[in-house]
Amino acid sequence: MNGSVFRTMATYLEFIQQNEERDGVRFSWNVWPSSRLEATRMVVPLACLLTPLKERPDLPPVQYEPVLCSRPTCKAILNPLCQVDYRAKLWACNFCFQRNQFPPAYTGISEVNQPAELMPQFSTIEYVLQRGAQSPLIFLYVVDTCLEEDDLQALKESLQMSLSLLPPDALVGLITFGRMVQVHELSCEGISKSYVFRGTKDLTAKQIQDMLGLTKPAVPMQQARPGPPQEHPFVSSRFLQPVHKIDMNLTDLLGELQRDPWPVTQGKRPLRSTGVALSIAVGLLEGTFPNTGARIMLFTGGPPTQGPGMVVGDELKVPIRSWHDIEKDNARFMKKATKHYEMLANRTATNGHCIDIYACALDQTGLLEMKCCANLTGGHMVMGDSFNTSLFKQTFQRIFSKDFNGDFRMAFGATLEVKTSRELKVAGAIGPCVSLNVKGPCVSENELGVGGTNQWKICGLDPTSTLGIYFEVVNQHNAPVPQGGRGAIQFVTQYQHSSTQRRIRVTTIARNWADAQSQLRHIEAAFDQEAAAVLMARLGVFRAESEEGPDVLRWLDRQLIRLFMFHLRRSPFLQVFNNSPDESSYYRHHFARQDLTQSLIMIQPILYSYSFHGPPEPVLLDSSSILADRILLMDTFFQIVIYLGECFHSGFGWFVLVQTIAQWRKAGYQDMPEYENFKHLLQAPLDDAQEILQARFPMPRYINTEHGGSQARFLLSKVNPSQTHNNLYAWGQETGAPILTDDVSLQVFMDHLKKLAVSSAC
Amino acid sequence: MNVNQSAPPVPPFGQPQPVYQGYHQSSYGGQPGSTAPTTPYGAYNGPVPGYQQTSPPGMFPSVSRAPPSSEAPPASTAQAPCGQASYGQFGQGDVQNGPSSTVQMQRFPGSQPFGSVPLAPVVSQPTVLQPYGPPPTSAQVTAQLAGMQISGAVAPALPPVGNVTISFFLEASDSGVYLNPFYFYQPGPPQPLPPKRLDPDAIPSPIQVIEDDRNNRGSEPFVTGVRGQVPPLVTTNFLVKDQGNASPRYIRCTSYNIPCTSDMAKQAQVPLAAVIKPLARLPPEEASPYVVDHGESGPLRCNRCKAYMCPFMQFIEGGRRFQCCFCSCINDVPPQYFQHLDHTGKRVDAYDRPELSLGSYEFLATVDYCKNNKFPSPPAFIFMIDVSYNAIRSGLVRLLCEELKSLLDFLPREGGTEESAIRVGFVTYNKVLHFYNVKSSLAQPQMMVVSDVADMFVPLLDGFLVNVSESRAVITSLLDQIPEMFADTRETETVFAPVIQAGMEALKAAECAGKLFLFHTSLPIAEAPGKLKNRDDRKLINTDKEKTLFQPQTGAYQTLAKECVAQGCCVDLFLFPNQYVDVATLSVVPQLTGGSVYKYACFQVENDQERFLSDLRRDVQKVVGFDAVMRVRTSTGIRAVDFFGAFYMSNTTDVELAGLDGDKTVTVEFKHDDRLNEESGALLQCALLYTSCAGQRRLRIHNLALNCCTQLADLYRNCETDTLINYMAKFAYRGVLNSPVKTVRDTLITQCAQILACYRKNCASPSSAGQLILPECMKLLPVYLNCVLKSDVLQPGAEVTTDDRAYVRQLVTSMDVAETNVFFYPRLLPLTKSPIESATEPPAVRASEERLSNGDIYLLENGLNLFLWVGASVQQGVVQSLFNVSSFSQITSGLSVLPVLDNPLSKKVRGLIDSLRAQRSRYMKLIVVKQEDKLEMLFKHFLVEDKSLSGGASYVDFLCHMHKEIRQLLS
Repeated sequence: MNGSVFRTMATYLEFIQQNEERDGVRFSWNVWPSSRLEATRMVVPLACLLTPLKERPDLPPVQYEPVLCSRPTCKAILNPLCQVDYRAKLWACNFCFQRNQFPPAYTGISEVNQPAELMPQFSTIEYVLQRGAQSPLIFLYVVDTCLEEDDLQALKESLQMSLSLLPPDALVGLITFGRMVQVHELSCEGISKSYVFRGTKDLTAKQIQDMLGLTKPAVPMQQARPGPPQEHPFVSSRFLQPVHKIDMNLTDLLGELQRDPWPVTQGKRPLRSTGVALSIAVGLLEGTFPNTGARIMLFTGGPPTQGPGMVVGDELKVPIRSWHDIEKDNARFMKKATKHYEMLANRTATNGHCIDIYACALDQTGLLEMKCCANLTGGHMVMGDSFNTSLFKQTFQRIFSKDFNGDFRMAFGATLEVKTSRELKVAGAIGPCVSLNVKGPCVSENELGVGGTNQWKICGLDPTSTLGIYFEVVNQHNAPVPQGGRGAIQFVTQYQHSSTQRRIRVTTIARNWADAQSQLRHIEAAFDQEAAAVLMARLGVFRAESEEGPDVLRWLDRQLIRLFMFHLRRSPFLQVFNNSPDESSYYRHHFARQDLTQSLIMIQPILYSYSFHGPPEPVLLDSSSILADRILLMDTFFQIVIYLGECFHSGFGWFVLVQTIAQWRKAGYQDMPEYENFKHLLQAPLDDAQEILQARFPMPRYINTEHGGSQARFLLSKVNPSQTHNNLYAWGQETGAPILTDDVSLQVFMDHLKKLAVSSAC
Repeated sequence: MNVNQSAPPVPPFGQPQPVYQGYHQSSYGGQPGSTAPTTPYGAYNGPVPGYQQTSPPGMFPSVSRAPPSSEAPPASTAQAPCGQASYGQFGQGDVQNGPSSTVQMQRFPGSQPFGSVPLAPVVSQPTVLQPYGPPPTSAQVTAQLAGMQISGAVAPALPPVGNVTISFFLEASDSGVYLNPFYFYQPGPPQPLPPKRLDPDAIPSPIQVIEDDRNNRGSEPFVTGVRGQVPPLVTTNFLVKDQGNASPRYIRCTSYNIPCTSDMAKQAQVPLAAVIKPLARLPPEEASPYVVDHGESGPLRCNRCKAYMCPFMQFIEGGRRFQCCFCSCINDVPPQYFQHLDHTGKRVDAYDRPELSLGSYEFLATVDYCKNNKFPSPPAFIFMIDVSYNAIRSGLVRLLCEELKSLLDFLPREGGTEESAIRVGFVTYNKVLHFYNVKSSLAQPQMMVVSDVADMFVPLLDGFLVNVSESRAVITSLLDQIPEMFADTRETETVFAPVIQAGMEALKAAECAGKLFLFHTSLPIAEAPGKLKNRDDRKLINTDKEKTLFQPQTGAYQTLAKECVAQGCCVDLFLFPNQYVDVATLSVVPQLTGGSVYKYACFQVENDQERFLSDLRRDVQKVVGFDAVMRVRTSTGIRAVDFFGAFYMSNTTDVELAGLDGDKTVTVEFKHDDRLNEESGALLQCALLYTSCAGQRRLRIHNLALNCCTQLADLYRNCETDTLINYMAKFAYRGVLNSPVKTVRDTLITQCAQILACYRKNCASPSSAGQLILPECMKLLPVYLNCVLKSDVLQPGAEVTTDDRAYVRQLVTSMDVAETNVFFYPRLLPLTKSPIESATEPPAVRASEERLSNGDIYLLENGLNLFLWVGASVQQGVVQSLFNVSSFSQITSGLSVLPVLDNPLSKKVRGLIDSLRAQRSRYMKLIVVKQEDKLEMLFKHFLVEDKSLSGGASYVDFLCHMHKEIRQLLS
């Protein structure tokens, strides 16, 4: 952080990397333009990607509470950037310059005896709060029973398995739905008991609670019998029970779960009451455990077909809405359904619960409408073809993975507060959060993303959850920042740890101001193009999601062309062609919450090439990279594609015929000892893919295909179409494979760009 | 006795028509004595208290207003010696049916009105008893025994002011009973006359009529071949041979000879009605209707009026065509049905085909007769059990669940099938509903709670309705667990309409008809559709608003019932109220769906278990037809216009019955719409389309041919009073829904008077106006009608609750003739009169306290109640052998079970009780009443010939009143 760091790019890279590792923060600009005017000229806004709960095995939480600035409007937390007068036992807030007395417990501090929060390496620090009742985590399974037999079986097994992964004292509940919605009582002996709701009728939270008997029972009879001991601490305990008490019971219950028994006539979709089921789940938790960490986990195998939140009717001949329908305003149920789920999502967020959606079906399941449930509450969204796939099974299992401390990688009910020094204001955030509408002094009037606040609620988050936070430099041009002045930002994340502790993680960072006119080089050098790309992309996706019409597209085009982001423009986040609305929602959901590395993969997939020529190497994401003698491994984040090339290099003389690697494999060469190198070649991408699969959440779709295979389209749609049927000059050459598309290639894009750059004023 | 001297100074003829004060409108209406001073009948000493509704029993309502002289008791006997003293007068068990001419009869102790009304006992004549001699059908003697009027006094046409005595004379004639009331004017100074009164033995005795009919007609079978035959009385045991007309067990008519023209009918005012019990149970000696299968084309019917083939259809043109006997349309005989005719024009195969030779038979229905053109699935029974606090506490739930376990083996089945086709389902409820999945594959039943009572639905499809034998283990487990699950319930609120809705929806989902058995305890006050409030208000009694007590509180239940009927969902309701539950509203759905209501007030397992279980067993086991439609067709000239019973009608002709069992009766009223022909008579055809309990769709046809007459006398000669009463009671009981009770009563009295006056005018041989002449067939009409008038519904006593009235009201609506007969005129059987050895039932005695002797024990039953009355001076031996206690005082009052003792008397009495119970469709709980005990009041309520505490007239008083009404009409 001293001046010398700025000398070379290499050191900047280090600096950025170090910052990311320590604080989970990456800024688009690491030296900040010192005035509003200069900042707006930079096109890419001052913004950062923040991973609030980035795993820090080296950071043990401290077991005391943070010291706050005493100014009521500030309340910033004591941090290494604060000036400390050890003799007077005073510290000055670096945000509002208030001088604060240390609390009595700090009487012993001195230059040599500093509390952790004052040490520079603790720019990020985590406090464990001792107060507050610790309530157990809650997992409420909401299970669709309109599934095929084997799908349901697989799902049941996954759910049963999950019971063993839950913390023993966690509360668990079960709601099943099909034509009706059943809330299962888990405490009863003998007869299994469930409360049944019509799937067509929306109920208010109050009605749901009344019907479930969660409201306090009226004292029956006139004589208040001095009778039975006070029941349970929670009235709700009938529906939410500690895992250790009922896991046998629940395992049996899940085992006996039958497919929805109502007949489905030919040409109809099963009646699926997802909207009501979710509504009941939300209402149940709302009435019983508000502001406690809870996950509603929705497992659905098809679109909601009745009641509030229905996405499509039950007539199979009417297909589920497509982008085309939406553009033509033909999606009958979309607006109403979206409204329903948004209402639920907002209520859930208010209660501090989160909703996961696990949608496994070949057709769309209404993620477009339901997306806000996961997006606003920080829940997971998983999309698969069937519950009977490893994609779902392993993804689901990974939810319950544990960190180095043996704690679940999940946190609940977080609030993120951002404090800035006075030259900066907060413009907004983009990520799995909702606004808390706290209008502090550091809130900008210009909104980028979810703005108008400096506090957000993130109901569910994990160590990789990443928010894009956008700032505005408000310093006026004529009031320069004094030389060497630094701007500071403090991120305060209060959350419920999976061990049910309340914790606060505080990250305080500072960056140098620079005058754009005199120190443009510095600013330029400190530009983080990766972070900028992701941040801009988030902004683009956010706009595409929340706004409509050609304005957004034009804005995007203008912005993106200026940013030369060819791949982003082609990505499913912005390009809806060839994707269903559900897929788009799914991709966007993940794009808005993954960290920088993953986001970059999403924007520009990685392509590795394997051949006999040498070690695997990254190659251009271009059709020219598709060569017959190569095995390609493409990682798009959502898909891992292994592609076997068409023909082998002619240099291998002992093959007279043009053979494909695929054909060799079919011929079984890999099993012959003399072709062990072929076996290794085949194996290498598999191993690499496996490595990626292991680490990624959600599990990517794993595609092992070959030249001409139907699944090869996954690869072909991603690569830059440098050779197409339109430019046949490369046809027949061994330099790649033509892609049958009308999309422009990077070459055309660049040509266009050059023209634009010359002609346009900017 | 000289009371006439002190008559009020009103000119005797000041009023155009002498008013029998006791029946004066105003006093009848509850304004006692308001007219007393102006009435000329000082001797009456005020209105007969029998009609004094507001005066406390036993009081002289008008004493204070009557002249002083009338206050003096006319005779020492007038001042009734209280209690047992009066019995002592007659010795033990002396007061019986026989006349007692020498000894002054005493009304029951404490009943004073007669003390002040001196009625001269008529000296019994030997001829008095003769009217009962020859049966009316055979005896065509026309001798008017007018000369038998022995009172020498000349009877003036109009009674003058003064001491008026009414005496009745009996006369026997071919067709009528002549009762001659005489009005004596005693001029001059008062002379102490021997107190006179009407001899109760001289007025027609129901007991005598019943006995006579038994003796005359009980011995040989009733053959239905001849048109217009009057069947034996319902109280007579007889066999029926179907030879072309429906058995009287299926159809009884008010008259078997109906007037040809509507003018005649209007003149006679005799209602033309048929009481039809389409699925009546037959004694084992009689064959149940044959089932006829006409194959794919379905039953043969008239093309125009759609009447079904029956014995009255005329085959013509050598058998190629037939003429409809109802509408005269000529139809072709389908080739497959063709048969040659014999020389009489009868089909050769007439006796091989039930539909050509019998009055009652069944057709197999084709798919055209089924809902949605689909053969029905077997019906289902759904047991819906209230598990609120009251139901649990009273032990009902445990008892019921225990009983159901075994009862489910006895679901109705058809023919010789091993297993019942009926599926069962279970629901429990308080303010939410619990459905149970009892699928056979489950190890444990599953409970599904539906709390959305506002919008009821069925939460499961598969596993709710199951076959008992397949799911036995699960069902047993469920029934074991239900009482445990709710043992600690503190829920007191219940819902009701949603429960029925749920059952109906379940049947709808299963696409079958069926029956709901609801076991309910309390007023449904929980927030839900059909929520009720307590609106019981005794202050409304005798006001114009009284009818609201019989009307449902909300229209929701009617709507619900309509849906139930559409689904073929019959609802049987078992009520166990501790307080007001609004039977009037709750019984709407059972009533409209052809179901039954059972009510067990203040249910306690120890006391009411037997009664409830017995009713339940019977109700579950009885054969039911589902999803039925009944249509009554008549030959041209008359038309069915009105229907009474437990059913629903969406148009004017089709009686829709979600369920119909062998106890349910539909009363149909006919009106003329054209002339009838004496020769062809009038035909009725009742067709009932229903689904049997095995799920077979069938048509049951009953045919009945009646005579037509141009002479009113023929009408009166062929009437049946019991059926008439059945109709009139139902008519009146429906009337209370819309009119004040008083209006209804007046209408009944007027109609009765008109019937009798018409007879008097047109049929009886001329005689003095003072004579009351009753047609032989209707001589019991006054006494029975009086019983109807003073029944709880029309004249409630203080102890009768609103719920009781509503309950009885709906019960009577579907009663058959035998049931109404005994219900309105209970049977009173002396137990120790006849020798113990005699196997037959002891002859009944008239329902009057006079007939009780304190040295005897009596059984009284009316089809709902059963009393054992023990006289205070019953021999110790009898007490010992019946009750196993040594003295009268040790008998527990209110005892409901007789100890099982091994002695002839005990065996006989218990045997008798059992046989009485077996005759009735509901179990009668026994109550032992001791003479002079508190409970005796309850018992006396059923002594219907006496004046009732609630103000009902005694038989004698009513007869007088009726006579006066008739005279008014005649003059």
